[in-house]
Amino acid sequence: MISEKVIIAGFGGQGVMLMGQLLSYTATAKDLNTLWFPSYGPETRGGTANCSITISESNVNSPVISTPDSIIIMNKPSLDKFQPKLKSGGHLFLNTSLVKDVVLREDVNVHNVDANDIAIELGNLKVANMVMLGAYLEVTKVFDAESVLKVLKKKFTGSKASLIEINKEALEAGKKAVL
Amino acid sequence: MSKVLMKGNEAMALAAIKAGCEAFYGYPITPQNELPEYLSKHMPLYNRVFVQAESEIAAINMVYGAAGAGARVLTSSSSPGIALKQEGISYMAGSELPGVIINVMRGGPGLGGIQPSQADYKQITRGGGNGDYYLYSLAPETLQEAVDLIKESFDIADYFRNPVMIAVDGLIGQMMEPVDLDREVPKWDLKPKTWIADGNTKNRKKNVINSLYLDPQDLEDHNMKLKEKYDEMRANHQRYEFINMENAEIVIIAYGSVSRIARSAIEILSEKGIKCGILRPITIFPYPKKAFSKLPLTVKNLLVVEMSTGQMLDDVIISNERGLPISFFGRVGGIVPEVEEIVEKVLEIVGGEKHE
Repeated sequence: MISEKVIIAGFGGQGVMLMGQLLSYTATAKDLNTLWFPSYGPETRGGTANCSITISESNVNSPVISTPDSIIIMNKPSLDKFQPKLKSGGHLFLNTSLVKDVVLREDVNVHNVDANDIAIELGNLKVANMVMLGAYLEVTKVFDAESVLKVLKKKFTGSKASLIEINKEALEAGKKAVL
Repeated sequence: MSKVLMKGNEAMALAAIKAGCEAFYGYPITPQNELPEYLSKHMPLYNRVFVQAESEIAAINMVYGAAGAGARVLTSSSSPGIALKQEGISYMAGSELPGVIINVMRGGPGLGGIQPSQADYKQITRGGGNGDYYLYSLAPETLQEAVDLIKESFDIADYFRNPVMIAVDGLIGQMMEPVDLDREVPKWDLKPKTWIADGNTKNRKKNVINSLYLDPQDLEDHNMKLKEKYDEMRANHQRYEFINMENAEIVIIAYGSVSRIARSAIEILSEKGIKCGILRPITIFPYPKKAFSKLPLTVKNLLVVEMSTGQMLDDVIISNERGLPISFFGRVGGIVPEVEEIVEKVLEIVGGEKHE
């Protein structure tokens, strides 16, 4: 039975909200219950941003997540803020291109992903979020990358359609990073 | 239709379109901006009116005018903006004009913050404007419920010829959930709007939309007529939900997003051997007083949880006819109570975990 609570956190502009929305769109496509909730300040870029996503076969109650099963950390302030909240035995996905700090928790599974470096190698820094998402999907098996890509294809139409290929590569590269 | 994943503000906007809302007047404010943004794009597609007014005060008076002309009309704002609209809302109630007002509440007082809050409870339920009036006020907890209630709210406003307030906190405006926009909602028995100021082309008796009654006797009669409506709301249209109430020893009273957090809390409490129920008001005016006489006799304690310093608490004190001990837990300023905090508070009241 699927029951996943994940918090994704980083700077505004890193695509944190989109990662979470993709998970919720995929859940909706699979007729699961889901809830996406954003938290950010009044800034358009910069500042810190995070979103909480619950995916469940039963009703989603609390919209806020106090003990996530997984956290995806895109920058240093987010590591400091969310590391203590992660469930014991949970998964911590760390963007090691930007966060050089050592994870202090010893009771969680840490997955280091050089997301920015991998994205730059692929030719577009902006897909660092998708690299992290690829890693997250590979480890947690919440959905397969193919289902997420299907949703992305529906969302990225017109001029954005050309971006699907690099997003696909990013998901794949993220998967390889944690194999 | 299958469910679509939508942001709360956008889903509420689409629900209004589905309800036949013909005109929207508003002024931007966080955290409800996606609502007018969505309508600015979609209302013209349905050949309906969208106006971004020069201020909240202008917007609510445009609502007054459109309602007087017979249109199904909506405005939305967040706490400080709703405060600015109070004069217009009082005039609407006084002139018996229907209309729907969505308040996506944020922290206050003053400019406060932009994070979720329920601190407008008293302004909503006691009337923020002058005079003896009330708003039929609905407080949904999920996007599906928000959509369903908004679709019904235009009927309710027309039925009572009175504004209806949709009271949601910023969480509901900002979150995304799958919703079914085409679910059937109750239809109210509506009479033709023979009272509207629509140009009088058929040479009928003149219709006047007004809240000014200089003769005290006329004004008293008018007030008693309004009171009849509020009495009917109180007598026949209280709404609430009981959750896990059988054999409950303690009952959490919470509405909106907070009741969802309470739902998670009672699952944890159940594992700890505590029978905790929830009384969830769906109407905050009329307050579901009737629910209190239906609480099981096993209930020994009440706990009110709000995103305020204790505003609904007063209604619980008024409604608590069995004289049960009442405790309170609230977070304010945009901080949302956590599940564990509620669990801890309940354990403190009932005296710890029970393992038999």
